[in-house]
Amino acid sequence: MSAINIKVDGIEIEVEPGTTILQAARQLGIDIPTFCYDPELPSNGACRICVVEVEKARSLVASCVAPVAPGMVIHTESERVVSARKAVLTLMVANHPLDCITCQKTGECKLQDYCYRYGVSDSDFGGEVKELSHDDSNAFFIRDMNKCILCGVCVGKCQDVVGAGAIDFTRRGFVANVGPPYEDRIEDSTCVFCGLCIDSCPVGALTPKYLLGRGRPWEVEKTETICPYCSIGCNINLHVKDNEVIEVTPVDNNPVNRGHLCVKGKFGWDYLKSRDRLTKPLVKSNGVFVEVSWGEALGYIVDQVEEVIARYGSEALMGLCSPKSTNEESYLFQKLIRSLGTNNIDSYTRHCHAPAVDGMMEAFGSAALTNSIEELASTEAVFVIAADPAESHPIIGYRIREAVRKGADLIIADPDLIGLTDLASHYLSLKAGSETELVNAMANVILEESLQDQAFIDKRTEGFAEFEKAVADYAPQSVTEKTGLSEDEIREAARAYASANKAAIISTVGIDHAGGNEKLVLALANLALLTGNLGKESAGLYLPYGENNLQGVSDMGALPAVLTGYQHVKEKAVREKFNRAWGVEIDKKPGVSAADVFENKKKNLIKAMLILDENPVSCLGGDDSDAAALLKNLDFLVVQDIFMTETAALADVVLPAAAFAEQQGTYTNTERRVQLSYPAVEAPGEAYPGWAIIAELAGWFGLEWNYNDPGDIFAEMASLTPQYAGISYERLTEEGGLQWPCPSDNHPGTPYLYEGRFGRGLGLFTIVEGETAPVPGVGLTVKGALSDHVCQCQSLNMSKRSVISNYINANRR
Amino acid sequence: MYEKHLMICGATGCLSSGSNAVEEALVEELEKHGIKDKYRLVMGGCPGFCEVGPIIVVYPDEVFYCRLKPKDMSELVEKHLVGGEIVERLLYKGPDVDAPARFYDTIPFYAKQKFNVLRNSGIVDPESIDEYIMRGGYRAFTRALNLDPAAVCEEVKQAGLRGRGGAGFSTGLKWEFTNKAPGDKKYVVCNADEGDPGAFMDRSILEGDPHSILEGMLICGHAVGASEGYIYCRAEYPLAIKRLRIAIEQAEEYGLLGENILGFGYNFKLHIKEGAGAFVCGEETALLASIEGKRGMPRPRPPFPAQSGLFGKPTTINNVETLANVPLILKEGGAAEFVKIGTEGSKGTKVFALAGKIRNTGLCEVPMGITIREIIYDVGGGIKGGRDFKAVQAGGPSGGCIPAEQIDLPIDYDSLNEAGAIMGSGGLVVMDERTCMVDLARYFLSFTQKESCGKCTPCREGTKRMLEILNRISEGQGTPRDLDTLDSLAASIKDSSLCGLGQTCPNPVLSTIRYFKNEYEEHINEHYCRAGVCKELFNYWIDQEKCTGCTACVRACPVDAIEGEKKEPHEIIQELCTRCGSCIEKCPQDCILITRVGSEADVSN
Repeated sequence: MSAINIKVDGIEIEVEPGTTILQAARQLGIDIPTFCYDPELPSNGACRICVVEVEKARSLVASCVAPVAPGMVIHTESERVVSARKAVLTLMVANHPLDCITCQKTGECKLQDYCYRYGVSDSDFGGEVKELSHDDSNAFFIRDMNKCILCGVCVGKCQDVVGAGAIDFTRRGFVANVGPPYEDRIEDSTCVFCGLCIDSCPVGALTPKYLLGRGRPWEVEKTETICPYCSIGCNINLHVKDNEVIEVTPVDNNPVNRGHLCVKGKFGWDYLKSRDRLTKPLVKSNGVFVEVSWGEALGYIVDQVEEVIARYGSEALMGLCSPKSTNEESYLFQKLIRSLGTNNIDSYTRHCHAPAVDGMMEAFGSAALTNSIEELASTEAVFVIAADPAESHPIIGYRIREAVRKGADLIIADPDLIGLTDLASHYLSLKAGSETELVNAMANVILEESLQDQAFIDKRTEGFAEFEKAVADYAPQSVTEKTGLSEDEIREAARAYASANKAAIISTVGIDHAGGNEKLVLALANLALLTGNLGKESAGLYLPYGENNLQGVSDMGALPAVLTGYQHVKEKAVREKFNRAWGVEIDKKPGVSAADVFENKKKNLIKAMLILDENPVSCLGGDDSDAAALLKNLDFLVVQDIFMTETAALADVVLPAAAFAEQQGTYTNTERRVQLSYPAVEAPGEAYPGWAIIAELAGWFGLEWNYNDPGDIFAEMASLTPQYAGISYERLTEEGGLQWPCPSDNHPGTPYLYEGRFGRGLGLFTIVEGETAPVPGVGLTVKGALSDHVCQCQSLNMSKRSVISNYINANRR
Repeated sequence: MYEKHLMICGATGCLSSGSNAVEEALVEELEKHGIKDKYRLVMGGCPGFCEVGPIIVVYPDEVFYCRLKPKDMSELVEKHLVGGEIVERLLYKGPDVDAPARFYDTIPFYAKQKFNVLRNSGIVDPESIDEYIMRGGYRAFTRALNLDPAAVCEEVKQAGLRGRGGAGFSTGLKWEFTNKAPGDKKYVVCNADEGDPGAFMDRSILEGDPHSILEGMLICGHAVGASEGYIYCRAEYPLAIKRLRIAIEQAEEYGLLGENILGFGYNFKLHIKEGAGAFVCGEETALLASIEGKRGMPRPRPPFPAQSGLFGKPTTINNVETLANVPLILKEGGAAEFVKIGTEGSKGTKVFALAGKIRNTGLCEVPMGITIREIIYDVGGGIKGGRDFKAVQAGGPSGGCIPAEQIDLPIDYDSLNEAGAIMGSGGLVVMDERTCMVDLARYFLSFTQKESCGKCTPCREGTKRMLEILNRISEGQGTPRDLDTLDSLAASIKDSSLCGLGQTCPNPVLSTIRYFKNEYEEHINEHYCRAGVCKELFNYWIDQEKCTGCTACVRACPVDAIEGEKKEPHEIIQELCTRCGSCIEKCPQDCILITRVGSEADVSN
């Protein structure tokens, strides 16, 4: 269809068909006021403030919903329009508490702004004003419905975007209100406290409790940073006044989370100012911690570590780092350990995401999310198995919901009714442990009904012939008992997945602490290869990781067998490159893994351990666990953290670190996007950013490192890592996050992988048989997604029961 | 084999007058005489003349019995059924006839009526598909099946049928939009929500002739290409819902609904969706939301339902009465007949619900173009109690009043619009000098405020503020500025509301101010309600010359506020009087008058 010519306030403009009057006006820089308009909720049209005059139309027209028509002549501020807008404002003001003096929203309230613009200071109707009691029931925010103007944006977000469905319009007429059903308290509703309603409310009806009275909008400094919780890496604004974070809001319109958050990112930061923060280096003397200076602590560490190395050799030293640390910190840490002569470096990631990494390495030759999070919103079919995305990665939950709203099929296979089941077009209540059988059976159906993408198979894969033979044994009839599903159910699901032009698979089998399952990953990889759902947009295999920098910490080579970018220590050329860059001799033997050590296979090997931001005692069974015993038996233990954790309590030296909001650094999210995070507040006491601590420690070890700031560290790392080679702090600052592979300065980054070739050349079909290990229920997934810092978070703690159970309840129906 | 059929009116008006008890008594009498099997009793549709209910019409004798009581049944059975003699006592009597009238053709109420939509009501058993077919039912549908869908739309368009729900949009054109809309799946929806207070036109059609709606929807479905339909019927009409369910079952049994209907390869499935007590769900987009299981709130248009309606598919929504007209047009020669009635711009008939201060209340179906004078005096029998006609409210809470000066206005869509009223669903409330126009506006506005869905600011908040002003005016607290405020508020609400409810709810206020501004000013400036309705603003006063001292009022007064001996003129003690009006009802001399508060002389007309 051709473009449409219209006139707005005398200016002629040509726009695409389907453009609304509001959008056309905005293109011309004309500011039409809106309350209820939100780009995610296009057909609201409720508040009527945006009405404009259209020549020849009978009445005024709501510009936010009215599409333009050829030859339309529009007046956005005519007398008739202004009169109508004043009427709307006067009516709102007549039923609104005019307490702007103390209202938290003063200064960023749309009602206030428009009243100022149109000269409406009060109303003289003198009639009834609503007097509803505030809903103060929960730990996070206050609902004052007397200020609500019933624009309905919060309802739209809650119902359509998030799907919690905790609020809706209630009653009718003058007593119409917005709230939970039966006028329940929000605490008792299905609210998941994601904060989208608060972020979208144009007036002061919804206020975060912590923010109340703590600062005016103009007193606050906003810093963009990255949420430290899960591997989505939402972009957030930290609102700071007097060196304290008083509020967090999402960054609008970014390619990771758009303007969305979940309860963790929105409210999970009050631990930053906890009085229990570590502020000084501590050394244990006679079983008691004593505060010492940095020099004393670092010097002591060097002495002890060098002694262990002298006595037992470098292999007795191990570095354990965390999937929560920045890339810079992780890079330096593995550089330090390797510079001390051993490859015994690992992060806790190995334990939980090894199956995902190993599986993908085998099938594709590299291990990362094949596609981007945003692409999920446009896929045509989603297959969710052994996962609960709405709970573990809410942003993914939102995107799936959007895809379904746009017509995508949603196939869920799970023993439980997970979140999103209400949207599923196919729900397979399969028996735990039979996942691989199901997936193989689906492959069988796809081949039997010729739904595979043969062209893709022929051109891009190998191992198909053997796979085809093996999968012939998995006719759907033959797995009905094992899976507990009917033949029809399996067929329908297979068809739905295979017939879509682009389909995505989501599984979080890798986040399973109890020992996940590489078999399932391979089986799912087979499915994706079979249907050609790789190397194109809005398709792919999504195995999203738990912690925020799980991807990054692996990319940084904090792994026993590889250096940065998964370059293997066994390769001579690789070692030589790093030796040259670092001025050391890297051991060619791969180190031991955390799994090896903590599962007692190599427990007597390690005598000294440096642990960064990690708490194995808590994750592996508590103070009486084998893990705790192992740590207690070490000759020397150093722990760097922000709180005195159970693990830190066992250390010989504890070093106070800066938290995410207190340091600059990069994090790589699960879709391979490297994002730069800025500090917003100062670290308490003598706590320092991890990268600075390690650099300083390296100096004490006699290593000549020279970093002025984290940007230098990143630049060094990028020069050694092909996937990161084109990324720099300058580019990240200017362009925002970049997705690796980004091999050169002008490369735009890679939203989805394998467009041309797989990491290993051709994709590999593997034969997968037998049972999968039981995949844990929701609780463990939540724990995986919530870091230890949640336990220190007062607000999340107070409401932890309801936060977690709300997630469960909201998403189980 | 039955000897006679007795059609007992079981519709709204007669039910309230006790037709159930009459029917029970009739059955008892028949059983007493052991002759029940000889007579077919049908609790059927509405003959329209609610004022004289309960009504029983006897066929084939063609006798119209009215104002029946249970105790009349013994005479009816013995004298008429057994004895073969008409019971004159029970026939229609009134000041408009010289002798008791025997049947429809001699009852003046029916003289100017034309039964199109109500053609079967009161004549067929609503629960019999066979009787509907015998009267020509479903023939129009078979004729339509043999026509091209576009041709069906064209016939309806040429016949000039306009939507009877209120807006008066060309039905054929609306069908054409849906017919042309791209898409395989389309829907037909019947709006049977009938929310206007006091309206029961659609109810009578649904209860009295449900198959006519099915036939209308089938024809529509063929014309627009729909394979599924919904009848959205308000839950307050359980009898209508029951009759519709039976009708659908019967039609399915006869292969008139379902797959491959009559072998034409046409599939049509019909569902009933019950409303849940919301006036706003009569608005088409709110109705669709309700069928979809959502809260009944309107959506912005465009997109229009013809393009994107139920579940996002092209949908045609028609009112009950509109659909009931469709078989009449599509039957052989029907369109030509149809256009003979009515005016240039408004063809066909309209069913009106006559209510208020009129002698003959009830439903009437008249040709478009009939004047208000004819409706009130010929059909309606004139103003009750011999008072003067003041105004008629047309179109319920969305409509406006038409004053006595315009009594010769012909009733059709366009002339009503020009006069500041609307056709609406067909409610006509007739008013005399004892109706207060301020109170009338207040009454309608309190209805719309309660029914406002709350989505848009002008309607939700604006109706509340207008109502508060009207309340104050009727309590004597009004100020001159109030009229300006009402005017400007009403204009804003009309201009910027989201849906028809908001856009039309100021109409009663605007039209009463337009034609009866003096009444508003009297309320505000002189604290006087000359109609004697707003209790703070008038006194009752007994005309001392006319009073005969009969003590009827003294005895009627619940608070003993009237003094007076027999044969002496009575007097009202104003301090005690609550203005309940019991005295004025009882006075045989009509000598209790309305006066300003604290005034004795200067009586009202």
